[in-house]
Amino acid sequence: MEHFEPEIVAFCCHYCAYTAADMAGSKRISYPSNVKIIRVPCSGKVDAIHLMKALEKGADGVYVAGCLAGDCHFKNGNVRAEARVNRVKKMLTELGWEPDRVAMFNMSAGMGEAFARIAKEFTETIQKLGPSPVKTGAVNQAAS
Amino acid sequence: MITAEQKPIQEIIQYIAPYSRILLVGCNECVTVCAAGGRKEVGLLASALHLSHLKQGKNIDIREITLERQCDPEYVEELAPYIDGVDAVVSMACGCGVQTIAGRFKKTPVFPAVNTRFMGASLSQGVWAERCKGCGDCVLGITGGVCPVARCSKHLFNGPCGGTSHGQCEVSQDIDCAWRLIWERLKELGLESRYEELMEAKDWRPGGAGGPGTIIREDLA
Ligand code: SF4
Ligand code: SF4
Repeated sequence: MEHFEPEIVAFCCHYCAYTAADMAGSKRISYPSNVKIIRVPCSGKVDAIHLMKALEKGADGVYVAGCLAGDCHFKNGNVRAEARVNRVKKMLTELGWEPDRVAMFNMSAGMGEAFARIAKEFTETIQKLGPSPVKTGAVNQAAS
Repeated sequence: MITAEQKPIQEIIQYIAPYSRILLVGCNECVTVCAAGGRKEVGLLASALHLSHLKQGKNIDIREITLERQCDPEYVEELAPYIDGVDAVVSMACGCGVQTIAGRFKKTPVFPAVNTRFMGASLSQGVWAERCKGCGDCVLGITGGVCPVARCSKHLFNGPCGGTSHGQCEVSQDIDCAWRLIWERLKELGLESRYEELMEAKDWRPGGAGGPGTIIREDLA
């Protein structure tokens, strides 16, 4: 199989993960360029539909990165985000998609290393899963 | 309000398998409040159906629309301009909405995307519980505001039954015995004596046993 560079969308909370990504940058810690960051005011702002639409448009993996447990600036946005991620995982399973294409991670603003490690590990997970069924479906259909 | 839950997605996929142009219709009332079939859920289901089709390399045309109320002909009429351009309708409203659409558009198949569950109240965010069975002759005024039809597993009118244990229902320890609740509430109201009065056998006709119910308000009709 030819080398596969996944496209990954990361919804990052402004108060933690987004700042952590900045921190990784200023500390010159590299992380895969596959990860495209979308800054959100709180991970709780990310709805199930945003994750689904990202997948629909061809993202190979999507994750939400929010604050550590108990640290959400809006009380429980990160808890809600996790519940939504789990709901989407369940939907994907029902649809015959790999649930691991979506994930939730927690980190604080100071955790630049953790941000980079998570970006790397998630990219590897998606590389193992292969391209999104949106892409493979189109290819299979064209071949048949 | 009326509560509902989305059907398993594979069941919905099977319904629409023969069709390629779908009108997916939500409702802004009860099913929006219980997060089963409002605008948000319409978007999510449409997206899920797209993912399912894209995986097979297929495309499906889904038009999303959420009506103010799906159980009123005036609002359902808003679907008329779209109906000829679709092969099937998928409704995310309760059974009343599905039937209103089916009654209006005779030639287009309509499929339910939710299972209508019960008339209930919200206990907390994301939690709903059955509270009324529409028996047609409300007795809440004599049962301390606790419904013996909806909340007693056996719909007893002179309970509790012999199965009540430690205040819970014999059907499940997770269910409060309705008659324990009724007794506690009557005590709080100082109306214990009411408990001694036997209730007569209930006439179930107004609640459905007499055939489908109809209400005709002469002043409005
Ligand atoms: S007594 Fe009848 S009308 Fe009243 S709440 Fe119970 S089921 Fe509903
Ligand atoms: S235990 Fe209580 S709620 Fe359960 S059937 Fe008996 S009277 Fe009804």
